Amino acid sequence: MRLSTDQLIFWQYGLLKLNATIVYTWGLMLVLAVGAKLITRGLATEITISRWQCGLEIIVTSMKKQIEEVGLRRPVKYLGFVGTLFLFIALANIFTIFPGYEPPTGSLSTTTALAICVFVAVPLYGIEERGLGGYLKSYVEPTIIMLPFNIMGEFSRTLALAVRLFGNMMSGTMILSILFIVTPFIFPTVMSALGLLTGMVQAYIFSILALVYIAAATGTGNSEADKKAS
Amino acid sequence: MDDTTIIAAASIVSAGLTMGIGAMGPGLGQGRAVAGALSALAQQPDAASTITRTLFVGLAMIESMAIYCFVISMILIFANPFWNHVITQVVGK
Repeated sequence: MRLSTDQLIFWQYGLLKLNATIVYTWGLMLVLAVGAKLITRGLATEITISRWQCGLEIIVTSMKKQIEEVGLRRPVKYLGFVGTLFLFIALANIFTIFPGYEPPTGSLSTTTALAICVFVAVPLYGIEERGLGGYLKSYVEPTIIMLPFNIMGEFSRTLALAVRLFGNMMSGTMILSILFIVTPFIFPTVMSALGLLTGMVQAYIFSILALVYIAAATGTGNSEADKKAS
Repeated sequence: MDDTTIIAAASIVSAGLTMGIGAMGPGLGQGRAVAGALSALAQQPDAASTITRTLFVGLAMIESMAIYCFVISMILIFANPFWNHVITQVVGK
């Protein structure tokens, strides 16, 4: 039994390996990019707009609303990063309805890459918003004693982000393949429907956590606003 | 018992224990979290969206504990480093 999609190799030439993770990731990127290009080709501002444009608008505006609710004041600035994370993970998890497809998020390499993106982006946004000194001061916020714990937390939450998404997606695929051995008729279908739900929730959680971290780093989060208000 | 048997038995038993004990704590935690969220929802139905969002994030945080246990038990069963080490030594002999 395979633990991750890295072990399914389509094509190999010497050290060059083309495994399922890379193939499916590039496929997803192609679908996202070509789809976005095709839909936004004929944007209209009339009363009647195309179905696809309406769907895309709903997605973008609801993401903007979510970002605002977390407490970030200029949602458009973070929409590119967090929205891409959400769309990629959600699409990767939804595509499991196609037979033969395995989610690239079920591989620790993909999820680690995504988590490292968040790990790099959070300080960048924080420095951009508060300046280098202001951002570094957030590490010694309550007292100086918290400094090592804050730094440790920075790393451990990156690890947690990666392992959470990987574990959830991998467990879904694994439970499905075990169920196919035990009860190969109706029950796996129910479980794969449940897997779709978990996939969506995990995509939401990943992007919301990235947002919460960004909000904490930029000091514009809800907690900060509450503190100022009280 | 030789080394291989001990490692195999220990891996299998501890994988089961990891999953069993590891599911217990997060289960209790999630139950408490949902109970708290439900009573908060009953008191303030207006704040439903905020409560639900916080609940989901919190549940994911709690659930990740169980997921870590699952990953560890999967590593113990399918990608055990000690087992691989022993097997390479036996083959190399």
